[in-house]
Amino acid sequence: MLGLLWLIPVIPLIGFILLAIIGPRLSRTAVAIIGVGSVGISAILAILVAISFISSPPAGNAFTQTLWTWINVTNFNPGISFYLDSLSMIMVLVVTFVGFVIHLYSAEHMLHQEGYSRFFAYMNLFVGSMLILVLANNLLLLYLGWEGVGLCSYLLIGFWYTNPANGRAARKAFIVTRVGDAAMAIGLFLLFNNLATLNIQDVMQRAAQTWQIGSPLAVTAAALLLGGAVGKSAQLPLQTWLPDAMAGPSPVSALIHAATMVTAGVYLIARTHVLFSLAPSVQLAVAIVGAATLLLAGFSALTQWDIKRVLAYSTISQIGYMFLALGVGAWSAAIFHFMTHAFFKALLFLAAGVVIDAMNDEHNMFKMGGLRTQLPLTFWTFLIGSSALSALPLITSGFYSKDLILFDAYASPSGSTWLWLAGLVGAFLTSIYTFRMVFLTFFGKPKTKAVYQPGSRINLALIVLAAFALLIGFLETPSFLGNINVLGNFLSASLPATSILPQRAGSEGILELVSAVISLVGIYLAYLLFLRVPKTTEAMVQSPVGAVLHRYWFSGWGFDWLYDTVLVRPFVWMANSNKNDFIDLLYKGIIRLNEALHRVLSNTENGLVRWYATGIAIGAVIIIAIVVFL
Amino acid sequence: MATIPVEYGLFLAIILFSLGLVGVLIRRNVVFILLSVEIMLNAAGLGFVIAGSHWGQADGQIMFIFILTMASAEVSVGLALAIQLYHRLKTLDTNSISKMRG
Repeated sequence: MLGLLWLIPVIPLIGFILLAIIGPRLSRTAVAIIGVGSVGISAILAILVAISFISSPPAGNAFTQTLWTWINVTNFNPGISFYLDSLSMIMVLVVTFVGFVIHLYSAEHMLHQEGYSRFFAYMNLFVGSMLILVLANNLLLLYLGWEGVGLCSYLLIGFWYTNPANGRAARKAFIVTRVGDAAMAIGLFLLFNNLATLNIQDVMQRAAQTWQIGSPLAVTAAALLLGGAVGKSAQLPLQTWLPDAMAGPSPVSALIHAATMVTAGVYLIARTHVLFSLAPSVQLAVAIVGAATLLLAGFSALTQWDIKRVLAYSTISQIGYMFLALGVGAWSAAIFHFMTHAFFKALLFLAAGVVIDAMNDEHNMFKMGGLRTQLPLTFWTFLIGSSALSALPLITSGFYSKDLILFDAYASPSGSTWLWLAGLVGAFLTSIYTFRMVFLTFFGKPKTKAVYQPGSRINLALIVLAAFALLIGFLETPSFLGNINVLGNFLSASLPATSILPQRAGSEGILELVSAVISLVGIYLAYLLFLRVPKTTEAMVQSPVGAVLHRYWFSGWGFDWLYDTVLVRPFVWMANSNKNDFIDLLYKGIIRLNEALHRVLSNTENGLVRWYATGIAIGAVIIIAIVVFL
Repeated sequence: MATIPVEYGLFLAIILFSLGLVGVLIRRNVVFILLSVEIMLNAAGLGFVIAGSHWGQADGQIMFIFILTMASAEVSVGLALAIQLYHRLKTLDTNSISKMRG
C-alpha cells in the first residue's frame, strides 16, 4: 500500500493538466467531476496509505519512495523522492481531506462564476504542490512545492482579475512572500555549502554532528529558514499580505489562506526542528514572533467590519500560536493546533462564504444581523467553528489544542510566564472578536433578507468540517481529562517529545481552568459589547483614545503605511528618477561620439580630386616624418 | 672633371617635386594637373639618377627608364580621360566633376 504514495500528489497534478488543457471545452459537471474527483481519489489514497503506515510501520517509522533523480551534478543529486513519516502523514491527511471537502463546497459555490474550469485547475495545482511540499524528502523539492503553492496563491487571489484591486492584492501577496522566500533560498545555499546535502534527514543528522549548539552557522541557517516561514505563514513582520489576500473567492481563503498553505511555515520549522534546537536564540525568536503576532493580529481583528478580514486576522493570530508552540519546543502541540485550526478555520471561511452569498456579496458585518433563523445550518456550523476558534471548554477541539500550547508555553524549559500571558491575552481577544462576529452576523434584528440558500454539497461540506472541528480535539487531551495522547504518540516517531519542567507540571489543571474562564468571559464580554449595549461600544470607539486605537488596529497597526513609506515610495521614487538609467548614459555617449566622428569623416568624401591628393600628400609627409624622426 | 655635389642634385629634385605637388594641389584644370604629375615623376627620376651617379651604379638609370615608360603610359591614359571628360562635360575643371563623390 505504501507504494501508492507517489500517486497522492500526482493525481491532483493530472487533474490540473486535464483541466488546463481541455477544461474550457468541458461541461461544468465534467469539470467538477475531474476537479473534485482528483482530490477525492488522492484523499482516499492518503487514508489507505495511512492505514498501512499505522498497521505495519515501515523500518525506522519512515518510508522513502524515490521516483527518479532530478538533477545529477557530481555530489549534488536531489531526487524526486517522497518521504513519509508521521509528521508528513498528518499533513497529507489534512491537506487531502480538507482539500477534498473544500473542493466539494466549491463545486457548488463557484457554479455560476466565470472561469469554473480555471478555478478548479488552479485548486488542483495547489493541492498537488502542497502535497509535494509536505512529502518532499529534500529541501529542493520542498522548495519547488513551496514556490508552487505561492504561485497558486497569487493566481487564486487574483482570480477575479478584472477588478484591479484584486490584482494588486495578488501582487502584494506574491512580493511580500518573496522576501521570505529569498531568505529561505539563501538558507538552503548555506546548508548545502556547509553540509553538502539537501536531503532533509541527512541535513538534520550532519547538522547535529558538525555544529555546536548556538554556533553562528546554525543560528544563521535557522534564522534564514525562519525568514521563509515567517513570509509564508504571515507572521510579523511579513504579515501584511494575508488580510488583502481575502480578495480571492471564499473557498480559496479557506483552503490556501487558512487551512493549508499558510501553515507551510509551521511545517518547515517542525520538519527542520533539529536546526532550531541547535540555535536556541532563533528558537526564542520564533516564540517571540508568535506571541507578538498573535497579540497584534488579535487587536486588529477586533476592529474589522469585513467578515473575511476578521477571519484573516484570526488566522494570523492562530498561526502565531503555532509559532509560539514551536518556539518553546512543543512540536507536537503546534502540529495539533495546525490540525484543529485547519478544520475549524476552513469551516468558518466556508460558512462565511455562504453568508456573503446570501447577503448578495456583502462583506460588512454591520449590515448583517439576525441570520440565525434564515440560515439555520450555516448558523450552527459557524457557531461550532467559532466555539472551536475561541476554545470553548471541553467540547471543542480548539480548547484542547490551544490550551496544550498555553500549558507548554508556561511549563516547557524554554517557556516563560510572559509567553503564557501573551497567549492568554490572545485567547481572550480571540473569543471577543470571534463572538463579535457571531453576534453581529447571526443575532440581533435582521437587516437584510437572505437571498440564497446553500445546496446539498455546501451543507455536506459544512457538516463534515463541523463534526471534525468538534471531535478532532479528543486525539490529545490533558492529563486530568482522560489523558489521551494518540497524536503525541504518533508524532513522537518524527518529533521529539515536549519536555516539561517538573515544578510546573502540576499546574496544568489550574492553567486549563484559567483559560477556560478567560474564554467564557471573552464570549460574555462580546455579548455585552455588541449585543446588549452597542451604543456604549460605539461611544468607546468615538472617544479620543478609542478613535486613535481603532484607527491603528483597523489598519493592522499601520504596517502597510510603514512599508509604503519606508520601502515602496523610496523605491518608486528611485525608479522614477532613474527612468533614463544613468549607467546607460556612458554607452549613449560612446554612440554619440561615433556618430559625430562619422559625420566629420563623411564630409571629407566630397568628390574633389585635389582634396584627396592633399590627403595623400599630408599622409605621406606624416609617414615619412615618423620613419625619419622616430 | 669636377663633380656636382650630390646635395645640389637632390635639392633640385626636391624643388621640382614640390613644384609638381603644389601644381597638382592648386591647379583645377585636368591638363595642368597631368602636367604637374609629370614634373613630379621627373623629379623622382632625377633623384634616382643622382643617387645612381653618386654610388656609381646603373640601377638609377634603369629605374629612370622604367619611370619614363610608366609616365608615357600614364599620360596616354590621362589624356584619353581628359578628352572623354571634355567631351561629356564640356569642362576640364576637376571641382565641377565631383558628381560621383568618389
